[in-house]
Amino acid sequence: MNNLAKLADYFVNYPFVRYAFVVGLLIALCASLLGVTLVLKRFSFIGDGLSHVAFGAMAVAAVTGLTNKMIIVLPVTVLSAILLLRTGQNTKIKGDAAVAMISVGALAVGYMLMNVFPSSSNISGDVCSTLFGSTSILTLRKSDVALCVVMAVIVILMFLLFYHKIFAVTFDESFAQASGIPANGYNLLIAVITSMIIVLAMNLVGSLLISALIIFPALSAMRLFRSFRSVIICSAVISVICAGAGIILSILFSTPVGSTIVVADMVVFFLFSLIARCKGGSKA
Amino acid sequence: MSVQITCKDAALGYENRIVAEHLNFTVSSGDYLCILGENGSGKSTLMKALLGLKPQVSGEIICAHQGIGYLPQQTVVQRDFPASVQEIVRSGCLGKSGLRPFYTKEEKALAAQMMQQLGITELAKRCYRDLSGGQQQRVLLARALCAAKNMLLLDEPVTGLDPRAQNELYEQIAALNRSGITIIMVSHDVAAALQYASHILQIGSKQQLFYGTADEYKNSRIGKAFLESGGAEIE
Repeated sequence: MNNLAKLADYFVNYPFVRYAFVVGLLIALCASLLGVTLVLKRFSFIGDGLSHVAFGAMAVAAVTGLTNKMIIVLPVTVLSAILLLRTGQNTKIKGDAAVAMISVGALAVGYMLMNVFPSSSNISGDVCSTLFGSTSILTLRKSDVALCVVMAVIVILMFLLFYHKIFAVTFDESFAQASGIPANGYNLLIAVITSMIIVLAMNLVGSLLISALIIFPALSAMRLFRSFRSVIICSAVISVICAGAGIILSILFSTPVGSTIVVADMVVFFLFSLIARCKGGSKA
Repeated sequence: MSVQITCKDAALGYENRIVAEHLNFTVSSGDYLCILGENGSGKSTLMKALLGLKPQVSGEIICAHQGIGYLPQQTVVQRDFPASVQEIVRSGCLGKSGLRPFYTKEEKALAAQMMQQLGITELAKRCYRDLSGGQQQRVLLARALCAAKNMLLLDEPVTGLDPRAQNELYEQIAALNRSGITIIMVSHDVAAALQYASHILQIGSKQQLFYGTADEYKNSRIGKAFLESGGAEIE
């Protein structure tokens, strides 16, 4: 009870707590929507690769001393997403190798830049907070929140508008293409939206943990549900609940926000796996 | 008998590597054409050309690409895909919907009608990955019919099915053919091709080896040779 009162107090008295909630839940929602498609298309690793690229870009932005880092981070990540998708079709360097190459490269360059041109005295602190999210979600300004809301609305609108096409392209690309759906265009759209989400989510969970936000809710939902729509809905619900619970717990027990959310997602995943196994056992 | 596809001296492949050339054949409505050939003989490239996904290097292929319902080979992604049968069949209608984000009543009705025709109406709410191989192929057939009502292009549709399911699927396809739908099937199965198809196109080592009716094929030198080898080596 005491904790609840404390939480309510935070919520009423500190606008940054409210901001954190709005941003956290929106990002979690967006990530889970796209997550189902990415997992099913075997693109989970692209999320991971892109997040490293975003880290590298963030380092570049920090070195150049830009106040609005998005100007660099967003275009660079989107561009890498497009590049990664193109190399997926190219046979010279296989898709997975290309992703590994770009992601590790970006990570190395980012870390080196941050060390060579330190923008603050606490380099390891900077690096750590970029990688693991730290508490930056609790220091959001109104403009950050506005940007996040706008991007989230765009992502959700795109998803709703192209829901059926995204399904078709995910399920069977060659059929989609043959029946006149510009499959490559939709792949590009998926890549661009993914990179937008990753850049957004860097604030919340940091660049190393973003993949968790994308894949865990989708994987959990797939344990139990058997139609595309129910999987999407369930994954969105799981993701939002976990993000909410994660933020609350992290405030109450002063744990890092990002990792708390990811742990919440993991718990749900194991729970769902267990339920699925019990159900499967009783059926067989 | 209107001509639906005309292929005149077409060469297929990539800029510097021709996979198959001198292809000449026609497909009229109601035909059942079976395309035979070894692996690597250019069958799948020919299919892509017919679907309009890959233009021919030279020659001429006249056909309405959008009017072909395609049954591709199963991919790894599909085996554990969480989707209901209804969702999949309806997605066949998407090619014509442009940017419209939802299905119209007519499209839903069309999907229902196709499921009825293929006898999978009661599976509508089931999950695709829980179905048997034969049922899965019916679902994909229904989807292909939603995309195009008068011509189907099937890519080795019986691969991976047990013999009984293979026969059922062949009968199903033959029934669709009798109802007036043109069938083009890429296959390894010479015996089935001769039993069901009206026309045979055989391609091998970069060129067209045979085109004609199934009866002509049985009496042709190449057909006899192919049959004597039992078609075993084309696997």
